[in-house]
Amino acid sequence: MSDKTSGYLDMELLRFTTAGSVDDGKSTLIGRLLYDSKAIFEDQMEAIEISSQKRGDEEVDLALLTDGLRAEREQGITIDVAYRYFATPKRKFIIADTPGHIQYTRNMVTGASTANAALILVDSRNGVIEQTLRHSYIANLLQIPHIIVCINKMDLVDYSEETYNKIKEDYKKVAEKLNIKDVRFIPISAKFGDNVVDASENMDWYKGETLLNLLETIEIVDDRNHQDARFPVQYVIRPQSDEYHDYRGYAGRVASGIFRPGDKVKVLPSGLETTVKSIDTFDGELDMAFPPQSVTLNLTDDIDVSRGDMIVSAENSPKVEQEIEAMICWMNERAMMPRGKYTIKHTSNEARCMVRDVKFKVNVNTLEEVTEDKQVALNDIACITFKSAKPLFVDSYKENRITGSFIMIDEGTNETVAAGMIL
Amino acid sequence: MKEYNINHLRELEAESIFVIREVAAQFENPVMLFSGGKDSIVMFHLARKAFAPAKVPFALMHIDTGHNFPETIQFRDELMEETGTRLIVRYVQESIDQGKVVEETGFDASRNKLQTVTLLDGIEDLQVDCAMGGGRRDEEKARAKERFFSHRDEFGQWDPKNQRPELWNLFNGKKHMGEHFRVFPISNWTEMDVWQYIYLENIKIPNIYFSHERDVFVRNGNLLSVSDFIPMRDTEKVEKRIVRFRTIGDATCTGAVESEANSLEDIIEEVAASRTTERGTRHDDKRSEAAMEDRKKEGYF
Repeated sequence: MSDKTSGYLDMELLRFTTAGSVDDGKSTLIGRLLYDSKAIFEDQMEAIEISSQKRGDEEVDLALLTDGLRAEREQGITIDVAYRYFATPKRKFIIADTPGHIQYTRNMVTGASTANAALILVDSRNGVIEQTLRHSYIANLLQIPHIIVCINKMDLVDYSEETYNKIKEDYKKVAEKLNIKDVRFIPISAKFGDNVVDASENMDWYKGETLLNLLETIEIVDDRNHQDARFPVQYVIRPQSDEYHDYRGYAGRVASGIFRPGDKVKVLPSGLETTVKSIDTFDGELDMAFPPQSVTLNLTDDIDVSRGDMIVSAENSPKVEQEIEAMICWMNERAMMPRGKYTIKHTSNEARCMVRDVKFKVNVNTLEEVTEDKQVALNDIACITFKSAKPLFVDSYKENRITGSFIMIDEGTNETVAAGMIL
Repeated sequence: MKEYNINHLRELEAESIFVIREVAAQFENPVMLFSGGKDSIVMFHLARKAFAPAKVPFALMHIDTGHNFPETIQFRDELMEETGTRLIVRYVQESIDQGKVVEETGFDASRNKLQTVTLLDGIEDLQVDCAMGGGRRDEEKARAKERFFSHRDEFGQWDPKNQRPELWNLFNGKKHMGEHFRVFPISNWTEMDVWQYIYLENIKIPNIYFSHERDVFVRNGNLLSVSDFIPMRDTEKVEKRIVRFRTIGDATCTGAVESEANSLEDIIEEVAASRTTERGTRHDDKRSEAAMEDRKKEGYF
């Protein structure tokens, strides 16, 4: 096997999301990343060349690569989250391309929920505007560990260092206000490719990395929680065969922390303690399991464990609570019912809940807390308290993106109506 | 690699296993669609991993157009026997015989679109509440908008503009009577990932993925295999070429590529150097810009 082939097996996976307002050139940037990293194929290029000609565009519109639905192409807008893929010898990338228009805040929250990094696009002619604030607030609310501010359309401001610096300073104030920890800045022109994949010849004053370079090297392993051992039980494996007659394995994905055979663990909600007997997989036993691995835990004692239970470190448990306070993003056309009843999905657990109180809503354009108007409607972000019908095993979202997150489901329509982050 | 780090293939594997286990936990009567192509073979391999040492707790379902590559069917039957898996086969020919669909005519006739009716009938008859498929988001632009858990109404239709938001790894499989779900466990895999994984795991695949000599003819730039079910125009000539298949679908609309690649390493290098997508060999997608979107809305895979 050649170096090229074997090298591919050591790549890491990085998921990032993109946020920008309608005309910031977000689709063009993604098109550029795909094009310059040679992830666009001839037949795809041909297809968009033909579409561009049909629409009477003078240049090939790279945005057509990401706007997959008929309605999107017709209206020239992005309606839904699209996932795009490309790879370099160092990493495989998954892009959640989310629409920037205000009525689609829910899509940005969706894309942000699984992202390791967020690209926030700023039009260099407009600088930091209300939408920039909104996108940054959401990226931070969803605790995306790394924010990359792409100051785009530098070609339209004569590649001015002064303009870049001004926007950078303005954004730093936003970052400070939001308490965003890791922010990087890159001046780019998505349309002409400056500092996207190749270093810009027009901006020799910029000494930093190109966007692709940054995406390839940002450290992401330590973003995962390796401290608090949490294993939501997803499925109980009981082979109905003679060979494995008494086998009971608890299948799931490690949410956080490290599990090793011999570890003392506690099963919630029963609180019974036992030890990890073995960590089983199709390929044999492992000597440890960590996030995001999917494994099967075998316990020493025969205790009752089922889907929705959680196996956790005996020394360090999540909170077991029924009264919960959380930030939510409302995602449905039907507004939240005051004291309404919904189904909560939290890890592999499910419970009915009743909304108790709306403490405040957040004006995402000014970041002010609003307490006068308590109706939580589509795209609203609010702080609520709710009571669940049975105890949930929770950590705060800041400490644990898996055991700290939940969705709310409308019991009548079965639709997912809200995303929640536990405080 | 650092401690507590896994490569991208292992991370994709872990994600897919999680999704497949979620299906087994959330649905009463799921099936896994199986075509004998590499994507469904990988998906089935992941399902075996998800439930080991127990058997896969659901049946596989093949929608058979009758226009198969014989190598694929032989491969399928051997794999089912070896793994002790239950296979359900539903035939497009039956839908035609029952008068539910009318076969296309002409040189470019394909049963590809007719599969949708056979599939939806199978889902209804067997009261399937979830059908897992090996669709990948990198395949086609309409698929890039697809969820892992994709809701279908009682007519089996997909409404791309009104999909449920999907956050973190919290999958909502709730539905009303008569509705069902399509779930795509390998959504986030690319063609390259699939090949690398087949290599990494040493997974068996049908031999027509590897280079071989075959009677073919050229149509619209594609190399189609000579067979009883594809009528040829007078102007089309049979030629012997050294080819392999990048995808395996219905034989009437799946083109071969000229290739000398006869090992997985060769295929991986070929895919890495390729300048066209694998669906470039799929005749069915070229019918219009929104061909896939339209078929998916009706209930296609």
